Amino acid sequence: MRHRYSPLALTAAVVVLAGCSSSGGDTTPDAAGGPITVKATDTSCEVARTQVDAGTSVFAITNGGQKVTEFYVYAAGDRVMAEVENIAPGLSRDLHVELPAGSYETACKPGMIGKGIRGQLTVSGSAAPLTEDAALLAATDSYSRYVKSQTAALEVKTTEFVTAVKDGDAAKAKALFPVARTYWERIEPVAEIFGDLDPRIDGREEVTEEGLKFGGFHKIEQDLWQKNDISQSGPVADQLLTDVKEIVRKANAEKLSPLQLANGAKALLDEVASGKITGEEDRYSHTDLWDFNANIDGSKAAIASLRPVLEERDAALVKTLDAEFANVDAALGKHRDGDGWKLHNELSQADLKELTDAINALAEPISRVAAVVAKQS
Amino acid sequence: MSPVSRRALVIGGLGAAGAAGATAALLSGGEPAASFSDAVAFHGPHQAGIVTPAQDRLHFVAFDVVTKDRDRLIQLLKDWTVAATRMTAGKDAGEVGAVAGLPEAPPDDTGEAIGLPASQLTLTIGFGPTLFRTADGRDRFGLAGRQPGALAPLPRFTGDTLDAALSDGDIGIQACANDPQVAVHAIRNLARIGMGVVSVRWSQLGFGRTSSTSTGQATPRNLFGFKDGTRNLKAEQDDLLREHLWVQPGDGPDWMAGGSYLVTRKIRMLVETWDRSPLVEQEAIVGRHKGSGAPIGLAGEFDEPDLTSVGDDGEPIMPKIAHVRLAHPDTNNGARMLRRGYNFVDGSDGLGRLNAGLFFIAYQRDPAKAFIPVQRSLAAQDEMNEYIRHVSSGLFACPPGVTGSGDFWGSGLFT
Repeated sequence: MRHRYSPLALTAAVVVLAGCSSSGGDTTPDAAGGPITVKATDTSCEVARTQVDAGTSVFAITNGGQKVTEFYVYAAGDRVMAEVENIAPGLSRDLHVELPAGSYETACKPGMIGKGIRGQLTVSGSAAPLTEDAALLAATDSYSRYVKSQTAALEVKTTEFVTAVKDGDAAKAKALFPVARTYWERIEPVAEIFGDLDPRIDGREEVTEEGLKFGGFHKIEQDLWQKNDISQSGPVADQLLTDVKEIVRKANAEKLSPLQLANGAKALLDEVASGKITGEEDRYSHTDLWDFNANIDGSKAAIASLRPVLEERDAALVKTLDAEFANVDAALGKHRDGDGWKLHNELSQADLKELTDAINALAEPISRVAAVVAKQS
Repeated sequence: MSPVSRRALVIGGLGAAGAAGATAALLSGGEPAASFSDAVAFHGPHQAGIVTPAQDRLHFVAFDVVTKDRDRLIQLLKDWTVAATRMTAGKDAGEVGAVAGLPEAPPDDTGEAIGLPASQLTLTIGFGPTLFRTADGRDRFGLAGRQPGALAPLPRFTGDTLDAALSDGDIGIQACANDPQVAVHAIRNLARIGMGVVSVRWSQLGFGRTSSTSTGQATPRNLFGFKDGTRNLKAEQDDLLREHLWVQPGDGPDWMAGGSYLVTRKIRMLVETWDRSPLVEQEAIVGRHKGSGAPIGLAGEFDEPDLTSVGDDGEPIMPKIAHVRLAHPDTNNGARMLRRGYNFVDGSDGLGRLNAGLFFIAYQRDPAKAFIPVQRSLAAQDEMNEYIRHVSSGLFACPPGVTGSGDFWGSGLFT
């Protein structure tokens, strides 16, 4: 196994040397390969270098804005190569990422939403093509990175939400509710693997099993929006955080198969079609469009992880998926409201139909991905 | 486990009936199929499902086209044609079938018709005015110049209570079969194939055909309890079909020659109030005797209605406002249509009343000379209006038939 990677290492070394000699003024390779500073604000994303060499790059992101931000490095099709979430105003974080040669995009996401402020990043050098097996392994590794980034943010945001509930700060809790759920909804198919935990965290009142008490996010949602009383919500909030921590631990340890990624991408769209379009999911808060967008993000991330494999096996399908994802984004984008989304009950029947059509148009081709992944070539 | 497929069951499982189906498939689209379960030929000069002896069940669907890409629309019409050819022959919608594919892949047929024969399924397509141009007149797919004059949006009729969400559509597809599951299966699979290109706007289930379209069929009854469609155009009346049903060469545009214009009207019947009206009033409103179906004053169902004779009281024997008189060709410059409507009951309406009525379907050479004048006359004077509400309306240009395996639905419109 090991020797397969040596040509890459050799090439990279040569490129680094070449880079040194041409840059003249630099005396050590470290100077050229040192941390790439990223100055993030609410309206800008200044990445110090847009050309780097293949191998490991380190980005040092400083958030000089007022909003919490994120930083991403994307490969084609928004495949997440690495990301760092939840960078509070005034804080700095480092991001280490191994990048083979190619074209990438960097993105800061002030407010942690949307496509973010994009920039080009060119990585030069050469990479040995992956074998089929290695490509599938890379897909699951890539998706595991995504899951870990999301679970980390889920735990942080759920903690903040639970704290607000226990402090009796309803306004803050209401603001945090759709934000914490965003990280949950992006990886829900992974969460669903762990039996009882999913219904405990995210179950709706009518699916609570006999003998069990209605709890989790939606119980607190009911207390916040319908009962307008969170004075008794503390124990439910504590249990929610306990359950979220458990699922984070389990999700991070879970080894996913490529087929699970494919089916997860479809399952997330099913979530949208059956729960979010109808407004059933967040029936008290009507914040369904946050979940909708998060489901699409998660589906996109799973497909992005599989992208190199899909490009190889069915390039036409990838093209279709790109077009239909863009179509969904455009349809959903009409309902943005500042940094967030309109409430479900502010949408007309015609709006909902347009979203349904867009989801159907995407979900049909996505339902074919699993077979493409499973097919032995 | 051996894989189950519709074809294996249809051909292998039915024996003699399967062989008869093969014979029927050699006949043209308008010929009666040999039996209730057989296949009706898909290919022919005219689309099947118009003069085809009316089957017992209906699933009608209207689509909005959601793409702006003309090529995607054409590709869908090709894909639909292939699937329609298969399903009308009693096969799965896709080549792989409902259960024979990769376990990781969703099947290319939805499966509820496994084991069911073709059931005389016909699929008939038509194009609505909005496919050609938007309400504000914008050309959508480079087709505006090809819109038939006869496909002008229908006028508003007195008393119309149309629900826009249940009306019109860029494309209409009529599925008729003798088994409701077969009709629903066909529409469901076509809708699935169309996702991303079209979106279902509305659809309607119907049962109990309310017209006979062949002299071999008995006249059925609508939900008012009356025989309906006695004087319908029939498949056997070649001269009348040429004159009243099929668009003729020279009528223009060329792509419609051999086609026909389809009008759909969902007509809610207020059956509770109808049911408590006296028999004599019901018969006077319709203009026929309820039992025999004979015109008022006559004995036989197929007797020519007498519109001129006057009774002892000085009034016409056939009441002036009788539905039969108002809709009669003699009252409407000879207007004739081929009707093949279906009864519907969409459950109840929340007020304890059946949400029931007639899904009216009529094919004609030119709506301006057939449906429009007749409906104007009915809307203005028909006593029946007290018991009915028109809640949905559609108009579609149905192109001629698909002639062979290289041809597709509406090919003449796009080439």
